[in-house]
Amino acid sequence: MRVIFILWLRQIKRYVRSRSRVVGAIAQPLLFLLALGYGLGAVFKAAGRGDYLQFLVPGIMAQTVLFSSMFYGAMIIYDRQFGFLKETMVAPVSRLKIMLGGALGGATTSVFQGALVFFIALALGFHPLHWVMTLVALAFMILLAIAITSFSSGLGSFVQDMQGFQAINQFLVFPLYFLSGALYPLDHVPTWLRIIAEVNPISYTVDAMRWSMIGTSKFGLSKDLIAMAITTIVLITFGAIRFRHIEA
Amino acid sequence: MADNAMIKVMHLTKRFGHFTAVDDISFNVSRGELFALLGPNGAGKSTTIKMLTTLLKPSSGKLELNGHNVVANPDLTRRSFGIVFQDPSLDNDLTAYENMELHAVMYGVPHSETAPRIEELMRLVELWDRRQSLVRTYSGGMKRRLEIARGLLHHPKVLFLDEPTLGLDAQTRTLLWDYVGNLAKEKEMTILFTTHYLEEAEANATRIGIIDHGKLLVIGTAQELRQETNTNSLEEAYLAMTGRELRDEEVDSHEAWRQRQRSRNMR
Repeated sequence: MRVIFILWLRQIKRYVRSRSRVVGAIAQPLLFLLALGYGLGAVFKAAGRGDYLQFLVPGIMAQTVLFSSMFYGAMIIYDRQFGFLKETMVAPVSRLKIMLGGALGGATTSVFQGALVFFIALALGFHPLHWVMTLVALAFMILLAIAITSFSSGLGSFVQDMQGFQAINQFLVFPLYFLSGALYPLDHVPTWLRIIAEVNPISYTVDAMRWSMIGTSKFGLSKDLIAMAITTIVLITFGAIRFRHIEA
Repeated sequence: MADNAMIKVMHLTKRFGHFTAVDDISFNVSRGELFALLGPNGAGKSTTIKMLTTLLKPSSGKLELNGHNVVANPDLTRRSFGIVFQDPSLDNDLTAYENMELHAVMYGVPHSETAPRIEELMRLVELWDRRQSLVRTYSGGMKRRLEIARGLLHHPKVLFLDEPTLGLDAQTRTLLWDYVGNLAKEKEMTILFTTHYLEEAEANATRIGIIDHGKLLVIGTAQELRQETNTNSLEEAYLAMTGRELRDEEVDSHEAWRQRQRSRNMR
């Protein structure tokens, strides 16, 4: 346990000491909130769908968690380049503990980023349905963060350079995000898009967060929970298996 | 002698695809020895150390460290050795003290002993006053000293030093060899090091192994090597054995990794 804790703490310390990361990770969601929230708000309202900012905020919070959790895998690549990875690889600790400690640290910081976006959104006029229910959104953010940091640790263990990692971001994570229900409602989209969105874990996270914060849901909370539980288990397993074969 | 062997290397071979980096090497290092592994770039020194330190699996052969089978019992092996890598392996965004602390936890150093041990070692390498500085503010020499202190924190039985004095000034080099020599003598620590500074090997090593093209050419004391080649210095003996032609740079770990991936994909 002490090993997992100290590796978790390492991530937290590094995060707190890097102001640029905090600011940088907030800039993108803020841009999305402002550009889309205000840019498409009127159209959304005219279509009779209500307040777009309300609809958008859970999606942007999930986006923040998703991308900061993916960034954790890039940190492993940096650890390899700067040599620290070797120090952990010759230590008499199981690879699983090393992976979990780091991934949980990365997950903690990305949930924190998501929470920051929530408070920014409040300042912009977002109002959750019930404060207590917002905790359900928090729980789903935690699930997503753990799932994605595990996934990105798995990637970081065999992708060798930042270019390769960026390519995976571009071809896998960005599409997953834009083809989920994060930015638009899924009820009137073409069938192909609906099918992709329905096998996409991001859709379920966002759906559960909407359920808890604005009271609308497409899939229902139980389906969201099952989908995210499966995703988390699969991705932790993926990360753990890939990480076992990591080489410094 | 055999019972006293802390490192046993038996018919060790490592192939990357069609390239044989280490070719059927065998040698023993006894408790308290300061053993130097010398050889030109790309000779197989680093690959051998990587296999001894569980970072790389041998293609064939057997390795024992402190009585543990290195391949079968990596965690027991890892508890037994400390290593100072050729390149820094510190976390630049943590303080020096935090780097030490993290190492202590990972190696299961008892909590009550952690703080006194860290202080003792950091005073020894004269970094105690800078313990709260982020490692990114350290010079190359300071980083190396910190890595040596860290490598000793869990009281290893065997210490690997991969070119420990590369890029260090004369003062630091002298301090380092004095200290390392003491560890071997007083604490009976077994030390295996590589270096390109042959005079350092001549002055400090109890025995020397010369490796080239993946093969162990010779093993013995500096005096034995000089006698065998009929030369006056270890440097001359070394050149007599390995020739004078220049070598390509040693493949670094990334390149070796890529080669492995390629050969894996070909299968």
